[in-house]
Amino acid sequence: MKIIFTTKGTEWDSAMDPRFGRTEFFLIYDEGTDSVETYDNRAIENEAHGAGPKTAQKLAEYGAEVLITGNGPGGNAAAVLQRTGIEILVGAGDMTVKEAHEAYKAGKLKKV
Amino acid sequence: MKIAIASGKGGTGKTTLSTNLAAFMSQFGQVVLADLDVEEPNSGLFINGELIHQEDTYKMIPEWDKSRCELCGNCQAVCNFNAVLQMGKTIMVFPQLCHGCYACSELCPTGSLPMKQKKMGELRSFRADNLSLVESRLIVGEEQAVPLIRQTIDFVDTNFSEEVTQIFDAPPGTSCPVIEATRDADLVVLITEPTPFGLHDLKLAVETIRQLEKKFVVVVNRHGIGDDGVDHYCREENIRVIARIPNDRKIAETYSRGELLYPTIPAVRSAVETIADYIGEFKRELK
Repeated sequence: MKIIFTTKGTEWDSAMDPRFGRTEFFLIYDEGTDSVETYDNRAIENEAHGAGPKTAQKLAEYGAEVLITGNGPGGNAAAVLQRTGIEILVGAGDMTVKEAHEAYKAGKLKKV
Repeated sequence: MKIAIASGKGGTGKTTLSTNLAAFMSQFGQVVLADLDVEEPNSGLFINGELIHQEDTYKMIPEWDKSRCELCGNCQAVCNFNAVLQMGKTIMVFPQLCHGCYACSELCPTGSLPMKQKKMGELRSFRADNLSLVESRLIVGEEQAVPLIRQTIDFVDTNFSEEVTQIFDAPPGTSCPVIEATRDADLVVLITEPTPFGLHDLKLAVETIRQLEKKFVVVVNRHGIGDDGVDHYCREENIRVIARIPNDRKIAETYSRGELLYPTIPAVRSAVETIADYIGEFKRELK
């Protein structure tokens, strides 16, 4: 199973990015192979409008089953994510990626 | 002639000045006041006119016709606003993000994105003697003020001649809605308050209006509070301050009752008179 985190960096110890649409990076963790891959989303700064759906579209390419983020996606992004059937967990905005993963495993994050 | 009343900062007196100036000037000739702050129009609170026209306003947005679509992705490539996205075998349209530019629709090789009407707001026109009020109101949840501002100005252009004094009550800030509300103006009056916050936003407004290469002047509201930063700045930048409206509790009380100020407050009357004289002179120069 693949889990995607919205992050401010590319390491397990990096801070989570509480924003969805304008997140700086994705960190994609593949539980099956215990491997990590990252995507640099910082070009989204140049988008004045529609950052949410655009980021959601990119995220969909990874075929992940779980998204862990901070504040949660807005309406437009949520409409895109809904089509992917991804499970969305919020409230990890103040954690590191590692802490967010542990909180998820412990069932401490809120489902949207 | 078109005069836009704008400000960087919100709550500095755009509506106060627009409504009082329009009502005052209508004693001497025909005036139309257009409330272009379509996200929160409030000029109507101060003008008791008879409703003479009302219409729904629409913007055009694409609607996906999946029967003809070959999923080439051209639509999402040409959209500057991420309002059209391809998700697998579906084209998703986000009406709130759409600016109605027609690019996706016109450039679709199979004609699968025909443009359809979507209601975005309502326009009303009122009349009180020599004063007309045109007011548009955006539907709650709609994000694009610009198309409605454009249609409101077009309505004014269609229904009133350039001989009529046209006063535009602009939205606050310096973003697209303000550009749209001021781009046709012959003169922009920037109203500010003499505080560091007022000055900060005045500078942004001045930069914006200079980019548009518009003639502009400044009116200081709530004169007497704050500091002399605005005066210093205007002197340094060679910006003309044409009037000052004093800070007075009676003004706030009268305004909060929804009443015009100049009939009962001499200092406002005097400031409005000065501004009206300036505009009269400007109009003669324009000719």
